[in-house]
Parts: sequence; structure tokens; C-alpha cells
Amino acid sequence: MARPIEEIKWQDLEMGAAVSERGSAREYKTGSWRSLQPVVDQDQCIRCGVCWLFCPDAAIKRSEDGSFEADLEYCKGCGICARECPVGCISVVIEEV
Amino acid sequence: MDKFSVFSARLVEKDELFTSGHRACQGCAEALAVRLVMKALGRNTIVAMATGCMEIISSPLPTTAWQVPWIHVAFENSSAVISGCESGMKAMMRKGKLPAKKINFVAMGGDGATADIGMGQLSGAMERGHDMIYVCYDNEAYMNTGIQRSSATPWGASTTTSPAGKISKGQFTQKKDMPKIAIAHNIPYVATACPSFPFDLMEKVEKAAAIEGPAYLHILSVCPTGWRIPSEEAIKYGRLAVNTCVFPLYEYEYGKYNLTYRPHPILPVKEYIQGQGRFRHLTPEDIDSIQERTRTEYEKLLKLSEEG
Ligand SMILES: Cc1ncc(C[n+]2csc(CCOP(=O)(O)OP(=O)(O)O)c2C)c(N)n1
Ligand code: SF4
Ligand code: SF4
Ligand code: SF4
Ligand SMILES: [Mg+2]
Repeated sequence: MARPIEEIKWQDLEMGAAVSERGSAREYKTGSWRSLQPVVDQDQCIRCGVCWLFCPDAAIKRSEDGSFEADLEYCKGCGICARECPVGCISVVIEEV
Repeated sequence: MDKFSVFSARLVEKDELFTSGHRACQGCAEALAVRLVMKALGRNTIVAMATGCMEIISSPLPTTAWQVPWIHVAFENSSAVISGCESGMKAMMRKGKLPAKKINFVAMGGDGATADIGMGQLSGAMERGHDMIYVCYDNEAYMNTGIQRSSATPWGASTTTSPAGKISKGQFTQKKDMPKIAIAHNIPYVATACPSFPFDLMEKVEKAAAIEGPAYLHILSVCPTGWRIPSEEAIKYGRLAVNTCVFPLYEYEYGKYNLTYRPHPILPVKEYIQGQGRFRHLTPEDIDSIQERTRTEYEKLLKLSEEG
């Protein structure tokens, strides 16, 4: 895994502004942008994966038991998953701070 | 959902080649389009990307959201740079300096990069016949610099450089028909797509990758920030654009047109227009004129696809 972004100094940058560690944007946790949080009602969820497919941030994760839920490290709280879920089992709640 | 049952989502490629942690606005369907395109292309892909939202949000130093070789080039140059990558790497494969394998050479840009500023370079790359895919993410304005109109902005849309007011209706020109311009280059494959129809989109990307020679994909990418809609409605408005025939889904393969999705019933364009802040000032007469134009354009396309 990449080093935390704060630890990378300008002297560490590569020539030509190259970034050799692929996918290192994952070090930046966009979950901190969120003010609303999607919550899946696991009893109603039919495990179809539609929420996962439509998330612009790839922030729906699938657990080993087949259930889907928001990955709060990255979820920006856009509400698309709740809007698109075919059974309407995702509610959007105001984030506790 | 298109064509498939809801459970088809589970069959989609799990690999995320465009990762979480990118800085697109909440609910950005342009970022979703990139994510889906990359799922369909797979790892053997090289991307050259023009300046614009998707470049900025995916590559703030010292990080990248890309899992494949990717280069940011000047606004107008993505198709020229990918032409060079393709020709150079194929020459090295011919000479045995690189192992021969199938690589997707992909150039990407926004509507500003494609329909305005990189048009000449794209035309050249298509004319030279490079084995490449060009993907235009059309959010209908220069969004990254703050919602300026492009030649792909539709008539009536208010942007910061086509503001609606007492005299102005917003954008006063009609949307440039970029896919038809690509078709005029007689390339083997051209298609329109929208991430609200993810399976249709991914199928077209796979086709574009399989076909030898230039392919052009034009993806309507809803931008909640610039269209002034709530972030959760980006998928809904893409679906409405297609179901009102404002943005028909079709492909053009070796000279033949094919509508890949026929909305049934066709919804009135009013359902697409109303609710978008950028069209808020339009009168019922304005909407009627958009309806009329949409109908005639769709009929032309129907006819072309019936001719085969
Ligand atoms: C030659 C040049 N002119 C202008 C700019 C400033 N600029 C950077 S991104 C951008 C807007 C890009 O619009 P578009 O291609 O539609 O992509 P979007 O941001 O909408 O996805 C502009 C005008 C630039 N980088 N280079
Ligand atoms: S709210 Fe938006 S970002 Fe969060 S999981 Fe749902 S679709 Fe993804
Ligand atoms: S879309 Fe809804 S039903 Fe389908 S997996 Fe997600 S939460 Fe469950
Ligand atoms: S301005 Fe629009 S296209 Fe750009 S990142 Fe934000 S939502 Fe996406
Ligand atoms: Mg744009």
C-alpha cells in the first residue's frame, strides 16, 4: 500500500510528475466529504448488486456473506445507490458527527 | 435497467481499474462512465487523457486513481498521443522488442476536448486509421473550468458563458452532432452510450475494443454540478435523456446503423428538461421547439437504422 499522502514530500516526486504506484488515490479517503449516509436494510435487500454497479465511487462493498453495504471510507453520500435500488431498501440518514 | 434482469449486475467485472479516492463531485456520472468503460476494457489498456474534469479528479499529485498506464496530455492532444503509442508499440512488437499482445489504445476527453479543441487531432487519428478507441465523455459544457458552453452544449442551456437572462435564452446554437462527424470519417465503429444503461455501454466498449481500426464512443455523462440537479438524480436524468430520445442509443458498425435501445413509450422531452436548473428559464414554447427537433432527429435515425 502507498504511503500516507501527508508523508510524501516534493523531493519524493518522480521525474515528469510520474506516479508509479497505481490506484494510490485510495490513500485519500473521500468518505470525509459525506454529510448523508446510505444505510442498507439487510432484511429487505435482495443482493442484486445494482447499488454497487451505479456507484460513481466504487464505494459499495460486498461482504463474504453476499450482502452489500456502503464503504464509509470512500462513500461521498451522493444518494445514487438509494435512488436506484430496485426494492428501495437503502435509506439516507444524516451523518452523526 | 436495460436488456438484462437486475441480477446481471452481479456478473459485471469486479476489478476496479478506476479506483475509489478520486475527487469527482458527489454523484458524478462522468466518473461512473469512466469506471464502467474501464471495467469493459480490462487491464491490457493504455489511456491518454485530455485536460478536463476526469483528468483533474483522477490524478492530483502524488496519487492516481488509475490502475493502468495513463498519461495526461494537453487539452487537444489525446488522440495524437495515443496514435503515437499505438504506432510505436506495434512497431516494437513487429521487431520483437516487445512481446506481441493485444493492447487497447484508448484516448479520452470531454466534450470540449472532443467537439472543439481536439477535433482536428481526432480527425487526423481517425483518418490515419489507427487501431484505437476514442471515448468522449459528454457532459455538455466545459465543466472543469466552471460550466462554460461548448459546441456540444444543447440549445437553451444556461452556462456561465451562455447565461440565460432577459434577452438570452442561454445557449443559442444547436448541439454539434459529434458521432455523425466520426461516422463521416468512415471508421468501422461509432456508438453512443450512457452509464444509466450500463450493460449497453459495456457491450459497446467491448465491441470497440475487438474491432480493428478506429472506434469512436460518445457517452452522455450527466454532471449534477453543471446541470444543476441533485446528486442522487444523475442516473435518472441519463435515463430520461434516452427515454425522451434527446440522446438516442445507437451504433454504426461497418456502414450500418443500429438503434440498440428503442424507448417504449417515448417520454415527452418536458420530463427531461424540467427539474434541470440549466433549463429552468425555458418557456413551454421553448420546450415545444426542443420536442419538435428531438422528434425529427429521432425519425431520421430510425430511418437510417431501418435501411440497415
Ligand atoms: C489549450 C487549453 N485551453 C484551456 C484550458 C483550460 N481548461 C482546462 S479543463 C477545461 C474544460 C474541459 O472541458 P471538457 O473537455 O468538456 O471536459 P469536462 O471538464 O467537462 O469533463 C478547460 C477549458 C487548457 N487546459 N488548455
Ligand atoms: S451514496 Fe453515492 S457514493 Fe455512497 S455508496 Fe451510495 S452511490 Fe456510492
Ligand atoms: S440495490 Fe438494493 S437490493 Fe440490490 S444489493 Fe443494493 S441494497 Fe440490496
Ligand atoms: S463538475 Fe460535473 S463532470 Fe466535473 S467532477 Fe463535478 S459532477 Fe463530474
Ligand atoms: Mg465537458
